[in-house]
Amino acid sequence: MIKLEGLTKVFPGHNIPAVKELNLEIKEGDVCVLVGPSGCGKTTTMKMINRLYEPTGGKIYIRGEDALQMDPIKLRLDIGYVIQEIGLFPHMTIEENVATVPNEKQWPKDKTREKVKEVMTLVGLDPDVFKDRYPTALSGGQRQRVGVARAMVSDPPIMLMDEPFGAVDPITRARLQNEFLRIQERMGKTIVFVTHDIDEAIKMSDTIAVMREGELIQHDTPSDLLSAPADEFVSNLVGRNRSIKRLHLIRINEILEDVSRGKPLNEDAKKDDIEKQLAESDIRSVIVVDRDNKLKGVIGVNDLKRKAGEVARDYCQDVSDTITDDATLNDALSVMLEIGEGYVAVVNEDDRYQGTITLGDLLNVVKEDS
Amino acid sequence: MLRNIWVWVGIPLIMIGIAAAIVIYSVNNPTDSIVARMLTYERVFRVIREHMGLLLVSMTGATIVGVAGGIMLSRPSLYRIGRVMETIVNIGQTVPSLAVLALFYTILGLGFRVAVFALFLYSILPILRNTFAGIDGVEHNIIEAARGMGMHPLRILTRIELPIAFPIIVAGLRTAIVINVGAATLATFIGGGGLGDLIVTGLSVHRDMIIINGAVIAAVTAILLDYLIGKVEERVVRWA
Repeated sequence: MIKLEGLTKVFPGHNIPAVKELNLEIKEGDVCVLVGPSGCGKTTTMKMINRLYEPTGGKIYIRGEDALQMDPIKLRLDIGYVIQEIGLFPHMTIEENVATVPNEKQWPKDKTREKVKEVMTLVGLDPDVFKDRYPTALSGGQRQRVGVARAMVSDPPIMLMDEPFGAVDPITRARLQNEFLRIQERMGKTIVFVTHDIDEAIKMSDTIAVMREGELIQHDTPSDLLSAPADEFVSNLVGRNRSIKRLHLIRINEILEDVSRGKPLNEDAKKDDIEKQLAESDIRSVIVVDRDNKLKGVIGVNDLKRKAGEVARDYCQDVSDTITDDATLNDALSVMLEIGEGYVAVVNEDDRYQGTITLGDLLNVVKEDS
Repeated sequence: MLRNIWVWVGIPLIMIGIAAAIVIYSVNNPTDSIVARMLTYERVFRVIREHMGLLLVSMTGATIVGVAGGIMLSRPSLYRIGRVMETIVNIGQTVPSLAVLALFYTILGLGFRVAVFALFLYSILPILRNTFAGIDGVEHNIIEAARGMGMHPLRILTRIELPIAFPIIVAGLRTAIVINVGAATLATFIGGGGLGDLIVTGLSVHRDMIIINGAVIAAVTAILLDYLIGKVEERVVRWA
């Protein structure tokens, strides 16, 4: 889909090239993450793909076509672009912002409006609530979503993303990453993704391209990168605790079946049942759900003694946080650390209870791998 | 609705009313015969007309040239010149308006046209500077996002840069108008007419009443125009 051949960029007034003789091929539908320390040329490489920077040497092929021969404006209109600070237009409403590319392509108004609605919903922003707001009225996470929506609205086959989830807190970041992966699973776009965060790279990518001082050091799948780093630089970048990094590669729903725990309690369950289940539980608590299998709360050993009541509903207390089943094991670990418990309840997109995973499960996964 | 009437009609009428009250009172109750001869409705209307003429012609020209010049200097190819111009303009602004008029008198002679030309040049400065600074101040990543999504440079200028710079350009316009109304009172020294006529006459015959009339009308004009442009800007800019 995208092929870079001997790509070189020397900025005027510099002796050392920012990108040197870079060869890289990205397959259709793949997420390729360019990773490396700042100044390694990863952003420069990306900006040459949509010709914000003109290469000083080498070739770029997009679907076999020579991108350097194409009209840059036309080229860019078919490549989604999300940048670090998002670059939302402050004087336009969210709807106008998202409609930027359709307006440039002069789509009919109705089609644009429909598509904007659709893509806003896709990234989790209710169009009725947000479309008339201005960017200043949005939180950091919401702005990032608008940035992604704006890049996707015209359904470009290729997207370039320059640290798109950089400016938000870690929890929001993990959530945006998971949502994005869910969308990508459906859309199957070819994505070039730039980050300096190796954890993000491992989590988001189909392939990782590690760069240093303008050169490509290694281009591999995340799993190969972890098990066989090409040189010391890559292994340093990946870090010493490689087995923990593997937690990024595994999604909760992949291990959930293997860690089958007792069924959750119905909220109408009697005290005897609660006691029986508690005795069997390895987390000294039982999860309580309602008739629709929605998470109601949790009953710990102490709750049974401390509170009075007849059925589970009376004893249970709220859970501090849950995690969705498409999150990675690493996300689950951070939630556990965040709420200070050895387990976390897993729910699906519709908030229905799916199971529970514990620190022990994570340890088992790490152990198996190493 | 009621608020709108108050903002657009009420407050301006109060301002005009204050000026009108002072003029009517002065014309009807002159302190002596000199004031009575020098301060007539006819004369007041004439100097107001002249003053508005000076203002309108010089400001229209200055706005067109200032905004166009500011846009041109902000283009990448002329950007370096733009930075130099910014400094020159800032120095030019420190030259007193009276000196500017005097300078053009020595070069071009007397009359309304010379006064208009001097005012025009003097008013370009804040407009040019603010247009340049406003466009220059648009965040880099906003421009880059627009370019990266495939917007044409001209579209980026009209759809992104100018709207974002608009409040700053308008601020320059307001500065220019206030300065212009004040400086136009000096046009009388080179035979340009205007409210300065009243003030200079009052000074030469030692009658404060005449001076006050000229000064009040000039002040109210400046405040009113500044106020109205500010309100228009509030209307247009909803995002800040």
